[in-house]
Amino acid sequence: MADIKSLEEKFQSIVDAETKIEPKDWMPEAYRKTLIRQISQHAHSEIVGMLPEGNWINRAPTLRRKVGLLAKVQDEAGHGLYLYSACETLGIERDELFDQLHSGKAKYSSIFNYPTTSWADIGAIGWLVDGAAIMNQVMLCRTSYGPYARAMVRICKEESFHQRQGYEILLTLSKGSEEQRAMLQDAVNRWWWPSLMMFGPTGKESTHSAQSMKWKIKRKTNDELRQQFVDISIGQAEILGVTLPDPDLKYNEETGHYDFGEIDWEEFWNVVKGNGPCNKERLAARVKASEEGQWVRDAAMAYAEKQAKRKSEASKVA
Amino acid sequence: MNNNLLNYVLQISDNAMILGHRLSEWCGHGPILEQDIALTNIALDLIGQARSLYQYAATVDGQGKTEDDLAYLRIETKYKNVLLVEQPNGHFGSTIVRQFLFDAYHYAFYKALVNSADETLSAIAEKSLKEVTYHLRFSSEWMIRLGDGTEESHQKMQDALNSLWAFTGELFEMSDADTSALEAGYGVDLSSVKSFWDEKISEILKMATLEKPEEAWMQSGGKQGRHTEHLGYILTEMQYMQRTYPGQEW
Ligand SMILES: [Fe+2]
Ligand SMILES: [Fe+2]
Repeated sequence: MADIKSLEEKFQSIVDAETKIEPKDWMPEAYRKTLIRQISQHAHSEIVGMLPEGNWINRAPTLRRKVGLLAKVQDEAGHGLYLYSACETLGIERDELFDQLHSGKAKYSSIFNYPTTSWADIGAIGWLVDGAAIMNQVMLCRTSYGPYARAMVRICKEESFHQRQGYEILLTLSKGSEEQRAMLQDAVNRWWWPSLMMFGPTGKESTHSAQSMKWKIKRKTNDELRQQFVDISIGQAEILGVTLPDPDLKYNEETGHYDFGEIDWEEFWNVVKGNGPCNKERLAARVKASEEGQWVRDAAMAYAEKQAKRKSEASKVA
Repeated sequence: MNNNLLNYVLQISDNAMILGHRLSEWCGHGPILEQDIALTNIALDLIGQARSLYQYAATVDGQGKTEDDLAYLRIETKYKNVLLVEQPNGHFGSTIVRQFLFDAYHYAFYKALVNSADETLSAIAEKSLKEVTYHLRFSSEWMIRLGDGTEESHQKMQDALNSLWAFTGELFEMSDADTSALEAGYGVDLSSVKSFWDEKISEILKMATLEKPEEAWMQSGGKQGRHTEHLGYILTEMQYMQRTYPGQEW
């Protein structure tokens, strides 16, 4: 026991010294578990996140927009890949992580359980959802686990591009016809609150926060990140000429921040539990892709084995 | 306006556009994450080619149209793509068969089009050839992998090949636009494309342990704007925004 305790102390001192933890380093089991949970949840979010936006690839209004959206959704697949690889360095395989997603054991960001019902949603997702993700991800570029931090650095660059692309879609709508401006406002009405929920429960209810902060997996609380996001969004909303759907939003001279209304935590927990508008469809789409792809993965494996065998036989002959 | 040239350019761009659309349907639904990304890469290349070609077609047309007018505001009968590219994705293997049959054609076609007397077409062909070289490699590798994989995958590939075969004849039919393009020196002789294609198909099918389907009746009509039922649904989806909200900026 004394041994573990001294290892843990040493581990904490490495973390405190801002040295990255690498896959081969000793780490507390709980640190490993927390990271696996968080990184895989993050990876699953990238992959499930392809679905709501993927809805609009074939209906994109212009060829330029189509190419932009297609490339964006593809980037998200790439993010999923980096993150699954980072997760695998902790001693778990991608297949197992997929099983956890498909069985409902692993979670993904609840935001992707909301429907994309208009083209403006594609802009709103880029602006608000990628925007909220960036707040979190910029912080994670400095997370204590090396492979995770490095994956985040690559991802962050692309995320800010996504956000600009989304915002630009909305900016175009804001300068358009009355129909287009209504489409824009409607999308912002629907995406604003779920975006604030993306930062997770507020201080009192956030179970993992304190330990994650101590391990420097996280460096800011959910509430700090959420506030940062609200503050930065106000001016951007003004430029778009949209009203954020919160009558309580106002600048607070004392704190230097914007106050905002109460988040509907009942809705939040319900969507987490599987009662969101699209939970079933999203998961079903992933399960379907996996089941229908089984024969492809089996064949690829069988072919690789045959090839290896042929090679070794050929080398015997030679 | 040169009507023959316009039709010729549209023939090429519509193929890329419709196949790119079909491949985009896979985005987020692929059997393996890496292959999801690969299919999207090909879709992006093809839509990129279609854009260059539509932009050129708009110039040839000379009536102030844009690439989007050509993609979004033409009806089925004005689309000149071959029937092969509008066929549904089916399972991953049938998408691969469709891709391979088209890539082998596409590669030889662009290779010849590089020598086009039309400078724009030649430049587009040169850029596209690099992309299509990769497409052909990708689809050939998957033909082999799935054909020579498991018993199940072998059967699935053979079935897909048998059912898509009827759409391959049209690739080499000389339409009026093809004939006049060849005469004017900016087009491609499809019979030479066919000899490359025959060879490539035989080579890869052999490696994939698949049987070449027997010669039978071939479907055609796409180049003349007579399509299968599938194109209407593709255009309905693709053109939804432009039809619902005409004349707006996006
Ligand atoms: Fe992402
Ligand atoms: Fe993103």
